[in-house]
Amino acid sequence: MQGRIHSFQSLGTVDGPGVRCVVFMQGCPLRCICCHNPDTWDPNGGEAVEVQPLVRKILRFRGYFGQRGGVTVSGGEPLLQAPFVAELFRRLKENGIHTALDTSGCFWNESAAAVLTYTDLVLLDHKYPTEADYRRFVGGSLAQTERFLTELERRQIPVWLRRVIIPQKTDREASVRQLNDVARRFSCVKKVELLPFRNLCEEKYTALGLDFPLKGTDSPSHETMQSLTALIDPIYLS
Amino acid sequence: MTFEQWNGFQFGVWQEGVNVRDFIDKNYTPYLGDASFLTGPTARTERALAELERLKKEEQARGGVLSVDVSTVSSLCNYQPGYLTKEDLIVGLQTDEPLKRGVNPFGGIRMARAACEAYGYKLSDKIEEFFTYRTTHNDGVFRVYTDEMKAARHCALLTGLPDAYGRGRIIGDYRRIALYGVDYLIVEKEKDKAALGENLMDVENIRLTEELYQQIAFLNKLKKMAEMYGYDISRPAANAREAIQWTYFGYLAANKEQNGAAMSFGRTSTFFDIYIERDLKNGVLDERGAQELIDDLVLKLRCARHLRTPEYNELFGGDPMWITESIGGMNLNHQTLVTKSSFRMLQTLYNLGPAPEPNLTVLWSHALPEPFKKFCARISCDTDAIQYENDDLMRARFGDDYAIACCVSAMKVGKQMQFFGARTNLAKLLLLALNGGVDNMFGTRLGPQMEPMTGGVLEYNKVIERFNIYLTWLCRLYVNTMNCIHYMHDKYAYEKTQMALHDTDVQRLMAFGVAGLSVITDSLSAIKYAKVTPICDENGIIVDFDTVGDFPKYGNDDNRVDEIAQNLLVAVRAELKKTPAYRGARHTLSALTITSNVMYGKKTGATPDGRKKGEPFAPGANPMHNREHNGALASLNSVSKLPYSSASDGISNTFSIVPEALGKTGEERIENLVAILTGYFLNDAHHLNVNVMRRETLLDAYEHPEQYPNLTIRVSGYAVNFCKLSREQQREVIMRTFHTTV
Repeated sequence: MQGRIHSFQSLGTVDGPGVRCVVFMQGCPLRCICCHNPDTWDPNGGEAVEVQPLVRKILRFRGYFGQRGGVTVSGGEPLLQAPFVAELFRRLKENGIHTALDTSGCFWNESAAAVLTYTDLVLLDHKYPTEADYRRFVGGSLAQTERFLTELERRQIPVWLRRVIIPQKTDREASVRQLNDVARRFSCVKKVELLPFRNLCEEKYTALGLDFPLKGTDSPSHETMQSLTALIDPIYLS
Repeated sequence: MTFEQWNGFQFGVWQEGVNVRDFIDKNYTPYLGDASFLTGPTARTERALAELERLKKEEQARGGVLSVDVSTVSSLCNYQPGYLTKEDLIVGLQTDEPLKRGVNPFGGIRMARAACEAYGYKLSDKIEEFFTYRTTHNDGVFRVYTDEMKAARHCALLTGLPDAYGRGRIIGDYRRIALYGVDYLIVEKEKDKAALGENLMDVENIRLTEELYQQIAFLNKLKKMAEMYGYDISRPAANAREAIQWTYFGYLAANKEQNGAAMSFGRTSTFFDIYIERDLKNGVLDERGAQELIDDLVLKLRCARHLRTPEYNELFGGDPMWITESIGGMNLNHQTLVTKSSFRMLQTLYNLGPAPEPNLTVLWSHALPEPFKKFCARISCDTDAIQYENDDLMRARFGDDYAIACCVSAMKVGKQMQFFGARTNLAKLLLLALNGGVDNMFGTRLGPQMEPMTGGVLEYNKVIERFNIYLTWLCRLYVNTMNCIHYMHDKYAYEKTQMALHDTDVQRLMAFGVAGLSVITDSLSAIKYAKVTPICDENGIIVDFDTVGDFPKYGNDDNRVDEIAQNLLVAVRAELKKTPAYRGARHTLSALTITSNVMYGKKTGATPDGRKKGEPFAPGANPMHNREHNGALASLNSVSKLPYSSASDGISNTFSIVPEALGKTGEERIENLVAILTGYFLNDAHHLNVNVMRRETLLDAYEHPEQYPNLTIRVSGYAVNFCKLSREQQREVIMRTFHTTV
């Protein structure tokens, strides 16, 4: 089976536990204003790969995974190529490798369900607190993400909820409290991560002939991140 | 045989003849716990450290050399005793004052003279006159060098050759002094000498007999040197402080006698631990006292200096000594050799701050105790001052009492020695082959003379065929050159103290090396997978290449190109072995460049991989900068494929990563670094320098060196003070690949 990938990173330590290989899938239906990988949007871009050689490539790194590491599939939106990801994860599970899906949960169908069969952990982007924000800043729907979360709850697949903290957009206390409330509502949520927005992708936008919507926005200060993190229940922080 | 100083030790064959390994095996206490028992510096340690920091600052202010004694030839008893402070616990300095450098002209008077002059001194007339009557190693070598050898040296095809200074890379088993006392060692050497007298007095036997005479003479000088400091080391050490002091005296004597390129310390921590444990048990020492002894030893090691020329520093940046101390590892019974003193030795990086020396080297095994692995990883994250080498790989070859000389060269302590052979520039050799025996940087004709390969796009098979002709030629020349160098070093600058601390029947290794491995690998890959057309100058000499199309690059875990690098090492070693080495030495090979990758690049023309004329090489076995597109682990995988069986003198890899790319929290970073080291070494990789730092830090240090007096970074096989590197070397370090988050 073929899929299109944007890139392969052999060492990832910030998307899931331990040392991980990260596969960045090509193609995304959303247009988040804070997206730092606009070059992953086009579903026809990237490079076509077969599952089997990709699995072989990943297996060459299993010695580094230790007790907690494994593979994270990110993107782009991996669910856009759900059958490919499901097959990749199935083969990885055959080899005893921990699988993590980094997704926005932006849709739900049978193929997405198949991916979850072989998923050990979901890194779920919960981008904004309201449906209005989702429409305005994401081009997607909060209801879809919550629907996805409900499916994860039903299957009891561990979830790390993640939100990018963007100054003037998601850095209000209420925004973080809302996220914490979401965590409390779902027993499958094991961790909540606040990720500071980084203004490092402008060159990518320029190269693609696009305007970066958050041009000129600074990263949140270390203090802001600390005080927002303090609003999260401690059980979700370790 | 027994001594009262051995009370409390377990019996063993170590009492029937010199056998430090057996002593350790029978007496050491493995430690499986964590670092919580460690203590900080005492007030006395802090005073001594402050004094050394003060002197270092002054040394830096005076252009890198504090002072030089120009009228004394460095040797064991030629200086009055010197001290860092009045309250030194471990005593002994190379000269009569801390950081004052002695002159050692036995390797070559020109080098000594030039080094003095470079720092505003003049070698005394007395020494100048004496050396008009004395042949130096350098004199000897140039008496026998052929024109071809000189030409290969001039073009930097063979470079960094130890033909003008001490060859180094020899580790005396300094522990023998502590365990047995000097008198016993003399008796043993006298027995060996008498036995040699029963043999046929042929050239080999006469040479060795004379060497033994010199070894015994220097063991007597060693005793006298210790006496000048008020110690009687004719007998074994009676306690921990004496064990460390006796051992250090051996090292100090070697350093006074020899200005070897790398003067490594050996593998002492676990040996010292036995004495410390005995003292702790007897209630005559506590943990603070034990740490203080190790701290003071390390302070003395940090005082070691040799007088070098600026040209030497261009090759080996940062004024290095390579006082390598090997720590940890496992023994042949699968028990760890980690002791509390392994932790104490590493703790010096906290107590005394990060520093390049001693060159602390962790012998890594997947079976090391987990708390020790974590402690090492924590130190890497905090100090960037340690390197890791694969004990599982080396133990199979060198047993469990080997140590690292210099950066990556393993040898059995006291049983093997090495003839250091610097390296040959493989990228340059490829250019020489393509040009049919003309060096395109110097215009020199060298090697077999043929037509240059200028007929359009290069064909891979024809290039390999051509290259192999030149490789055969070069390897013979290289071995012959080394034979000349080491014959003369033995003859005119023999390491009397260090060899007295080896078995008489010593095994010799001749360590060859390659530079430019990643450059030639990617160049051959370009020729094989892309279209490479040579570009000639007006004289018909190839000076550049037009490379069209993509090609696999070393450092991406891509077998198509990684195999080229593997095959090169195998081929070079096989060719070297065809020419017998001096004194029956075994040919070994390394992929290690020290900091000279900058200088090698400077002397090498443009290469088919797209590297421009004069641009630096990657260090050691590292992939070229910014050609890795699959992340750090893919790069590690590529390097780990290089066969240690063909390069048992070491395969050096330097790994730089920003803290954020290693994990979000301190704990995560430690855990992830342990996982990375585990995976890398399970792949049979040999060596890893680890730097956890940001490029911005280096950029800032480049602009404001005064704010970073102790910024330590790992380069190829050793650590340096960043500010002591040349501007060019600093720029190259900054340019290197830093693995970052995505």
